[in-house]
Amino acid sequence: MPEQKVVDTDYLLLEAPRERKFITGAQAMAEAIKRANVDMAIAYPITPQSEVMHLVGDLWAQGYLKDYYRAEEEYGAFSAISGAARGGVRVFTATSGPGLLRGLEAIASWPGHRIPAVLGVLTRVVNAPLSIQPDNIEISYLLNCGAVVLHAENQQDTFDFTLAAFAIAEQVDVYVPVAVATEGFFVTHAKGYVNMTPEDMKLPPRNPYKAPVPPTDNEIPPARIQRDAPVQKSNFMSYLIHAVWQQEVWASTTRAMKYIYKYLGGPIEVVNPDAEVFIVASGCAAAQSREAVRYAQLEGLNVGLVKVKAIRPFPEKEIRKVLKNAKGIVVPEHNIVGWLAREVKAAIPNNDRVVGGPRVYGGMTLPTELIMDEVYKILGVKKERKVLV
Amino acid sequence: MKVMPGPEGYMPKVAALEGVNLSSPGKGLLFGEEVDEEVAMREAARAMLTRPNPTIFPGPKILWGWSPNAFEEADAILELAKEIPNCRIIPMPDYRPKYPKIDPEAEINPNHPNLTILHNRIEACIFVGVHCHYANLSLRMIRAGTNCFTIAICGELGHEDAMVSLRDAHGEKIRKFKQIVIEEREKLGIQWEPKLPPPNPSLPKENMETISYADYGEYAFLLMPKKGEIVTDTE
Repeated sequence: MPEQKVVDTDYLLLEAPRERKFITGAQAMAEAIKRANVDMAIAYPITPQSEVMHLVGDLWAQGYLKDYYRAEEEYGAFSAISGAARGGVRVFTATSGPGLLRGLEAIASWPGHRIPAVLGVLTRVVNAPLSIQPDNIEISYLLNCGAVVLHAENQQDTFDFTLAAFAIAEQVDVYVPVAVATEGFFVTHAKGYVNMTPEDMKLPPRNPYKAPVPPTDNEIPPARIQRDAPVQKSNFMSYLIHAVWQQEVWASTTRAMKYIYKYLGGPIEVVNPDAEVFIVASGCAAAQSREAVRYAQLEGLNVGLVKVKAIRPFPEKEIRKVLKNAKGIVVPEHNIVGWLAREVKAAIPNNDRVVGGPRVYGGMTLPTELIMDEVYKILGVKKERKVLV
Repeated sequence: MKVMPGPEGYMPKVAALEGVNLSSPGKGLLFGEEVDEEVAMREAARAMLTRPNPTIFPGPKILWGWSPNAFEEADAILELAKEIPNCRIIPMPDYRPKYPKIDPEAEINPNHPNLTILHNRIEACIFVGVHCHYANLSLRMIRAGTNCFTIAICGELGHEDAMVSLRDAHGEKIRKFKQIVIEEREKLGIQWEPKLPPPNPSLPKENMETISYADYGEYAFLLMPKKGEIVTDTE
């Protein structure tokens, strides 16, 4: 392990020199952890998800992390993450599909307990019959937990989003968990070029005293209390406390937006802003959509892309602005329920412009041609299909 | 959204979700809008000088902060309190709900801050040294159910849900605010000789000769026995 020096967060994320490597998405996430000055990682790294937590375990063995252990199952892993974060250390964990759902109750309690953990979500089918193939339906379950949710398109995003996630999560006006999701297999197991910051630089350590809540350090009396004691116990309590507490979680998630602008260049990326038809996509569906935009350009069609990087907070204002004059909007997704299409429909006026699809799931790939079919329909382009037998 | 004194109603709006952003460095928030810090301070000063029962709520960061900065801030707050006519200090010593019932003259609590505000008929208050999460809960609940004018003096980034929010506020900035309070008081023609706020009526005077663990009530467990000492008198 090389000697690592602590550098300023803004310098590391925005200015530090970068070196290009050809690595998998799982490696990209682990490389970000290597540079994030993480104190502790806890996981139940079930083998098919991805190798992220195995690689992080290896980082611990090399000395990059102070502690690492394998929990008995996901609920225990995510509860332990909560305890470690309350104790003041920087924590990371990752999971996938069924593991995410198994630990979801613990995850849903993180934002209210103001746990600035970073969670890798390497998506995978959750439905029976059992499968380990990619499908991002699990993100829909994550959307109402109160965490910031970022969705990475490729290996580069996975590195950048994961490193930035720590900076965003630990802002005193945010202080909720940040989930970095990307598609299992398509991104985690495939290699891509990643421009990475130097291996010998790392983020400053977490300062648990710069926080909207006191750390559990037994120095702030009364030491015996739970910091977040149950609030519905007495007749003299107002039920309003839980309501405003929930409000605070979502206010905090909303405040993350300015840091998403600062560290990720904004919650969306727009290609061809004057397009007639837009494809709105997140995760690796954005990569296929990018290719569809290229196809469209070759055919002389005016098609643009809105890549959604932040799913929570959802960039309603930004999307509404870009799609203001769009004739039609195609939302391709890697799941059956179409959670992104719902979000887009809820954000814009005249939402009958939104085509909820194409959708692929159960591990199927997303052919660019499927996206183009929807674009042709909106533009009234007739295409002849030849069936080769 | 204009963040005004309440009562706003059954369910308060969340300023941060209604487009109110925390102020930039060197600026403050006045009714949810970013203004020069001094403008916000003057409005806050006038509220504390003219509204009934002005009160300062110091939180754990001041009360239990064992650092030179916390000591300086505590001094500055006392100096500020002396300059506000009939100002009271009611602490927020911790954040857990008080069972079975809070003593609203002795303390304020983020789980039911409205009880302290309503009981004492407080119409202008300052939150200082309260961790941001709990300050935000309190500010919103107070806006929901009372007509209190809330002022947040925050060591971090400030609070959207207060009528006046000052950010990065430590000893020096609190003293600047104190000067503005004096200036505004003179402008308003209010005669006042600086003096300490009245002692907390719910706390008995401590007699160090006779004090026992029992006098510390629920906080008695915090007292560490001296080496060799056997403690028999606890709650």
